Amino acid sequence: MAVLLKPIFCFSGHLVLFCVLCGCFVASTAYSSGDDLYAVEGQVKLESLRGKSIGKVANIKVVFDGGEQVSFLRTDGSFVFEGVPPGTHLLEVTALGYFFPPVRVDVSSRMPGQIRASYVEGPRRTLDGLVLEPLREENYYEIREPFSLLGLLKSPMGLMIGFMVICVFLLPKLMDSIDPEEMKRLQEAQRAHPSPVAQFLQGRT
Amino acid sequence: MASPRLRASLCQLFVVVACLSSTCLALYEDQVGVRDWHQQYIGRVKHAVFQTQGTGRKRVVVATEQNAIASLNLRTGDIYWRHVLGETDNIDALEISMGKYVLTLSKGNTVRAWHLPDGALIWETRIQAFQGFNLGLIKLPVDIDGDKVNDLFVYSGSILTAISGADGATLWRVDAAGSKNIFIEKVVLAPEEGKAYGLGFFGIMGVALVEIDLKTGDLSDLKSAELSSMLSTEHLHVTSDYAVALQSDAESLVVALINSHKELIVVETPVSSILTNPGTSLKLLSTNLEGVISLSSDDQTVILKVDPTTGKLSLVERLTGAVAVSDSLSVLDDKYATAIVEFSEEGSAQNVFNLRVKGNDFSDEVQKETVKLPSHRGFIQKAFLNAYVRTDRSHGFRALVVGEDDSLSLLQQGEVVWTREDGLASIVDASPAELPLEKDGVSVAEVEHDLAEWLKGHIMKMKATLFLATPDELAAVQRARLNQADKTKHTRDHNGFRKLLVVLTKAGKISALHTGDGHVVWSLLVPSLRASYGNPRFSPLKIFQWQVPHQHALDENPVVLILAQADPGYDVKGALSWIDVHKGTELQSVKLSYSVTQVVTTPVTDSSEQRLHLLIDNRKRAHLFPATEESLALFLKYKENAYFYEVDKADQKMHGYGLLDLVDPSTGNIKEGYVFESRKLWSIVFPAETESITTVVTRKSDEVTHTQTKVLSNRDILFKYLNKNLVFVATVAPKDKSQVGAVSPEEKTLVVYLVDTVTGRILHRVSHPNMQGPVHAVLSENWVVYHYFNLRQHRYEMSVLEIYDQSRLPDKGVIQLMLGQHNSSVPISSYSPVNLEVKQQSYFFTFTVKTMTVTSTAKGITAKQLLLGTVNDQVLALDKRLFDPRRTLTPTPAEQEEGILPLTDSIPISPQSYLTHSYQVEGLRGLLTIPARLESTSLVFAYGLDLFYTHTAPSKIYDSLTEDFSYALLLVTIVVLFLSIIVTYVLSERRELAEKWK
Repeated sequence: MAVLLKPIFCFSGHLVLFCVLCGCFVASTAYSSGDDLYAVEGQVKLESLRGKSIGKVANIKVVFDGGEQVSFLRTDGSFVFEGVPPGTHLLEVTALGYFFPPVRVDVSSRMPGQIRASYVEGPRRTLDGLVLEPLREENYYEIREPFSLLGLLKSPMGLMIGFMVICVFLLPKLMDSIDPEEMKRLQEAQRAHPSPVAQFLQGRT
Repeated sequence: MASPRLRASLCQLFVVVACLSSTCLALYEDQVGVRDWHQQYIGRVKHAVFQTQGTGRKRVVVATEQNAIASLNLRTGDIYWRHVLGETDNIDALEISMGKYVLTLSKGNTVRAWHLPDGALIWETRIQAFQGFNLGLIKLPVDIDGDKVNDLFVYSGSILTAISGADGATLWRVDAAGSKNIFIEKVVLAPEEGKAYGLGFFGIMGVALVEIDLKTGDLSDLKSAELSSMLSTEHLHVTSDYAVALQSDAESLVVALINSHKELIVVETPVSSILTNPGTSLKLLSTNLEGVISLSSDDQTVILKVDPTTGKLSLVERLTGAVAVSDSLSVLDDKYATAIVEFSEEGSAQNVFNLRVKGNDFSDEVQKETVKLPSHRGFIQKAFLNAYVRTDRSHGFRALVVGEDDSLSLLQQGEVVWTREDGLASIVDASPAELPLEKDGVSVAEVEHDLAEWLKGHIMKMKATLFLATPDELAAVQRARLNQADKTKHTRDHNGFRKLLVVLTKAGKISALHTGDGHVVWSLLVPSLRASYGNPRFSPLKIFQWQVPHQHALDENPVVLILAQADPGYDVKGALSWIDVHKGTELQSVKLSYSVTQVVTTPVTDSSEQRLHLLIDNRKRAHLFPATEESLALFLKYKENAYFYEVDKADQKMHGYGLLDLVDPSTGNIKEGYVFESRKLWSIVFPAETESITTVVTRKSDEVTHTQTKVLSNRDILFKYLNKNLVFVATVAPKDKSQVGAVSPEEKTLVVYLVDTVTGRILHRVSHPNMQGPVHAVLSENWVVYHYFNLRQHRYEMSVLEIYDQSRLPDKGVIQLMLGQHNSSVPISSYSPVNLEVKQQSYFFTFTVKTMTVTSTAKGITAKQLLLGTVNDQVLALDKRLFDPRRTLTPTPAEQEEGILPLTDSIPISPQSYLTHSYQVEGLRGLLTIPARLESTSLVFAYGLDLFYTHTAPSKIYDSLTEDFSYALLLVTIVVLFLSIIVTYVLSERRELAEKWK
């Protein structure tokens, strides 16, 4: 007959976690294995989810060991997994619109019921109790850039129009700025030695 | 909060994400629903409780075999809320208490209370239970702990538990088997306050009654009755007046009457005295009936009336054929109603059912209606009755019925009020199919018929992009893009976006969904797979594309082949069924006398484009289909190249086989295919004590590869090793092979192999110490990506293997090239010597993965995306560039030019790369990718409890204008240009004139 121990967390401000064992000895016959089984209790900080709500809090699930157990959040954000054997386990929170980093949960076999939780990613950091909060909100959509004239001008069509405008208004100015004498000489030189393009054009007309 | 190191790594991730976002095609919020659709289902309903009293919205709360609990709108069938419990969390009982709590008992030991209006979990508690015994949940009319919330009572085997309705605390618990040796089957509330009676088996030879004090849980006043023979402990039918059990030899029925002194009086009645023809498989049905009991035998259901004073049994009804009997519904104080839904006649497209509502002890018929249901719903298998008060104060009845195809329908006043296609929650396999070609005669001019209308639409669109439109106009634009008329047409389109998704469900129903909006084009409950008396039920396994008409057989309709497996214990082991995909009819079916272990799809097709398939049976013989002379002749030419392999997970072996000669067709049944003997060519024996096969992955058979080379930035060439017979095998340490956690990392090793299935050669082997499964893998072109768990770091990892063929390196011999002896033009053979270079790299990955696949495009030119079904039930699209073994920490400019990303220790995930955006595909099981005709686009269909469909373009849409391309802006630009040309022409003319006047 296995013994089920129910650890209760003492949420102190320190990183070290104290686990007080509650003397709640419950005879369990549901588990055929001879190992000791424990309960893992935790909480999702609901205050950190108030920003926007794509999904409801009621739809948040906590997944244990990649789907071995699935738990839902109570209205206060707490959840519990029972019948957990000692060892290292993985805990994931699935909440639409938020990213919760995966958490490893070590259930000690030597010190019955002692539980340590830490983030899997990044530097090892012990969590105060098993209080989970999202790392960031997730926006699944690209944000449409607000309309701006600069943006329009930067687009290929805008560039094309811009270039045309330059051609139309600036090039004549450029022509004007050339010295008339110089211009005349140039034109004469062209007449004397017509370029193939000009010849071609003249031939057509 | 984040440490500098974390921040630095986040920054690095950001750089990679920024690099990627230029190629990733993310979705704008207003594009939701343009290309994608999402459908929510709940599965086959097994419990239903109505909530129709009071002023609130009328609902029905249901629990399903797919472990979902849902609250449905009784008027429309829409889902108010839904929760899907864990995979092993089967729901045993469902109740509604005090009009606002939904109580569930699942896994036999977990009781949860949900808030009825919004589905929030109020409390959750574990109780003790004896697994595998009768389970029940009873809401008590009393409040034991005095907190003004009615408490509840759970019996699970012999353990009785009272639970506080307010917080789930255990109030008391007794073990009836331990203290009184009674295995309680049912608890009946006594008319007196605070008392209940538990009835159950007393050993295997008796029935017992015990009084339960609800306040304290004291068991008292045990009354038992011994019987002369053993009882069938399957079911004990209990009401407040009597209990009925069947003897284990099914010879007689035992009625234990409860008299006014709460004593048991046993009356045995031989079955033969009531039933003239009792049949062979008599069973007491576990329905909650009042005044009567129901028995099933062979293909009939018998309803017997029980006299509560004498215990005499008499026949009330003998129902033959498909019948569903609901539980008895308490209408008024001691009035009960029970519904019987009988199949009456088969129409051409609709089946007619009789819905009869019987009053107390079945003597009177309260209501009788005929209802027509489409024939693809099959027979009605379950019925739940609900009463409502008509305007004339009389009672009317509505019934919620579950069809043979797992659909859920509400019947009222002889009409089907609504139907939910919940069979689609259990898709077994899916396959794409082409729609018919557009016929010349059919007018297609409905779309964009009016130029003015078209222009108006585009001008509105332009206004919207310029943020000039009013909200009304914006809504109109959005409506127009969501309801594009051509999206849902039943013909092929130019881009190949419109297709049929042929899905096969667990119930043996095949449906075709339109990719445009996901509507069901046709459905068929495959006739040859239906269970009938004396025949087995077939569970469908897979769909194969039998006939994909193109080229010369364009007039033929596409056909799919369904493979199904028969229930064990029959001579028939399996069945094949051919379905016409355009008409939705069964063309042909064959019952097989052998069980099929695998199906080999050959590359050979016959003159009508039917693909040749080999069915391998458990004796390793191959059966050729189609069983025609023509296909046999074709196959005999191909036979030398036909190989197959088998993975024996039980013995940790792999075997390869080649085909031998044809077995004389006259000895067997030609209908079951031409038989070929096979011989074993090779075996691979994995060390069973250290390795156990967990995942075997092959390339998709229809994958197209564009090029066999990869050109590097320094103009060197790498030759991809493109072997169609490559298979990826992953083995993990034997015990706890699919469990994450709870194991010490030391002795766990993941070993992956690349095996050529023709020669049995192990081409490559990688050993990953301290890793374990579950392993998910994708094999495509010359690479494999796989996902597994790192026990030392305690997080997931993904690895990529890229295989290059060194023996094909160009030797730059011009003469050889001219003589055609260049080794790059030699066809690849499994038997030729190989000199492989396998590049490998591993990365950390954040999530648990449920399923994995890769995009496929028409010509294989477009880059690939890996699609991962994450634990969040979302589909994540990751660029293959992230899984490139040539990534380095600081890529050189040449490598950057090639598109190689800087190496990061984990795969960055940007929220915009979720294909499912803000949807979840609850219970995600499978992903199907289909190439569109447009090379840039791949169609993605994700199925689980929900269905989701979308498009993805791994390298952006480079071959067509995007949907939000502004034609109006283009038009305006042209007009402006034209006008400016005229204006400048006039201006220059004038100027020239002025010049000339000078």
